[in-house]
Amino acid sequence: MALERWFRRKRPTRGDDDASPKGLWLKCSGCHAQIYRKDLIANLFVCPECAHHERMPVEARVAMLSDEGTFERWSGRVAPTDALGFVDTEPYVERLEAVQKKSERLDAVVTGAAELDGVPVALAVMDFGFLGGSMGSVVGEEIARVAERAADEARPLISVAASGGARMQEGALSLMQMAKTTVALEALAQRRLPYISVLTDPTTGGVTASFATLGDMVIAEPGALICFAGPRVIQQTIKQDLPEGFQRSEFLLSKGMLDDVVPRAALKARLATLVRLLRAGLDGEPGDGAAPPVPLAREVSLAGAGGAGSGLGSVRGGVRVDADEAARALDAIGAGADDVDGGQGSGDERDDDGNVGEESRSRATSV
Amino acid sequence: MPLPFEKPMDELEARIRDMRAYAEDQHVDLSSEIVALERRLESLTRDTFTNLSRWQRVQVARAPGRPTALDYLGSVVEGFTELHGDRALGDDPALVAGVAKLGEIGVVVLAQQKGRDTKENIHRNFGMAHPSGYRKALRMFDLADKFKLPVLSLVDTPGAYPGIAAEEQGQAWVIAACIQRMSRLRVPAVSVIIGEGGSGGALALAVANRVLILEHAIYSVISPESCAAIRWRDAAEAPSAAEALKLTAEDLLEQGVVDAIVEEPVGGAHKDPAGAIEAVRQAVEAEIEELRRVPSDELARERRERFRRMGRFLEAN
Ligand SMILES: [Zn+2]
Repeated sequence: MALERWFRRKRPTRGDDDASPKGLWLKCSGCHAQIYRKDLIANLFVCPECAHHERMPVEARVAMLSDEGTFERWSGRVAPTDALGFVDTEPYVERLEAVQKKSERLDAVVTGAAELDGVPVALAVMDFGFLGGSMGSVVGEEIARVAERAADEARPLISVAASGGARMQEGALSLMQMAKTTVALEALAQRRLPYISVLTDPTTGGVTASFATLGDMVIAEPGALICFAGPRVIQQTIKQDLPEGFQRSEFLLSKGMLDDVVPRAALKARLATLVRLLRAGLDGEPGDGAAPPVPLAREVSLAGAGGAGSGLGSVRGGVRVDADEAARALDAIGAGADDVDGGQGSGDERDDDGNVGEESRSRATSV
Repeated sequence: MPLPFEKPMDELEARIRDMRAYAEDQHVDLSSEIVALERRLESLTRDTFTNLSRWQRVQVARAPGRPTALDYLGSVVEGFTELHGDRALGDDPALVAGVAKLGEIGVVVLAQQKGRDTKENIHRNFGMAHPSGYRKALRMFDLADKFKLPVLSLVDTPGAYPGIAAEEQGQAWVIAACIQRMSRLRVPAVSVIIGEGGSGGALALAVANRVLILEHAIYSVISPESCAAIRWRDAAEAPSAAEALKLTAEDLLEQGVVDAIVEEPVGGAHKDPAGAIEAVRQAVEAEIEELRRVPSDELARERRERFRRMGRFLEAN
């Protein structure tokens, strides 16, 4: 069922992209200007006309932040399971299967090692296109693991959030990921390794209220929706109009909640500068034995997850991420750039956002 | 007002009352009839409450007359002394903080307080804290560590308040900070979910060494109503959402989210507040008694590990 729906939705778009010259053009969701697809991609998915920052595919983000050929993927060893047997209008397993096929990812985050302007770092990049970037057990586990491995390898961590919040199909277990990711960050803190959090459009709910705002520095992209409760929920609660620019990056900067708002084109350089600076204190480079490492527990609970024998092979759909994600550079993304509209029309976005507070925001659409 | 499924019990109770009044009035001995009716009432109550749907459990968790956090504080601890204010913006009545004695031990207490009537509900914002409340909690965690006072938190909130000021003042930021600060406590921390454990606003006070839950309390990532509105696009599907979310005490124990269930008196805490309060007192005392012997480093490490383990997934071989 899920697959049929997916194909019904996707095929015409794909067809347009391949066959019709119309697919070469995109409409900016900020100024509605028609932009040549390749120009948008070359401009890091920022509108050349109005500087509106479109949501960016994960591969493009990884490519943008990693020095060429340096990204080594760590994520992809854990896969989601339907612990609660959650069914709404469609079973959670079917939704998962469909989005795994579409995204060629097991869940909504990609992590790995990279060099950022020559500095070895660990990266965690969330995928809003995967069930609204919602955080369930797997996203929580990947974030925890990347923090711990970064600490082991003395790498600063940079996370790029894009999430509708906790994944409600995993119930209280998804709520617990807020605490899990938070305690895992201790590994970095104990070694005094920098953790910089980048908030992109949208970052909401349980992700905002956990690891994403616990960076030593918290930076946002321009115009991003960043909130705990989404605008729709607040409007329903207070029954008044919301102030102009409410819950957007610039608004939050003025309220003192962010260290800075940095345009995408300047992000990599800014991150490199900050990481270098944080490592240039009086003690020299932390993580190189300056602070005694305190070991943290690493056991993984697989109780109820199908037992020790269940590997990825038992995942329905059996989708695997390509081993070499580094190869997916901007050009490659460009070829399949319906990620820009991501099959996430505003109607479905609400369906996929996985959380309370998510508003549906128009995105660049093929014209 | 009884909950919908309490009506038969309510009617039986009324009959027992009438019979008693009649017996007294007319000086007749109806004691054997009354005892029989009371037995019937108890077995009916027991049957009803062991077979409640998850949605009905949600209704019990929110039942009017269910003891609130301050009701517990009157008996679970002695000499509760409230400490006000976050030292920055104000004092949030939805999140009550203070110090007290638990047996012979001094403790820091954090309590999410719903109202017992409309007036108090408005004053307490229905137990939905603003950032100021969570900032007050942060201050209390520091106090607890400095003076080695174990932390007891009573969780009962529909969620952190979703409003303009709350967002401007960093609701997400302070919840994250509370989770982090509480996880770092070097003293024992015990949380009891006494009614509604609503999402991040509840978790912010429940990063404890032991998380207990009352038999008819709930703990969920989202309210059944909001879940229904998003996933079914129909808030009337809340009963289906409650089923799907697996948010009862037994569900949470099975998921490893809570450590133990505190049994409520037959018919729920709202039928016998004193009984429920005493059950919580005993459970909390036992947990603190056990945890007080654990060294500080160990407490922090165990608490971190408790939450690090949370979740279910498949692992590649
Ligand atoms: Zn534009």
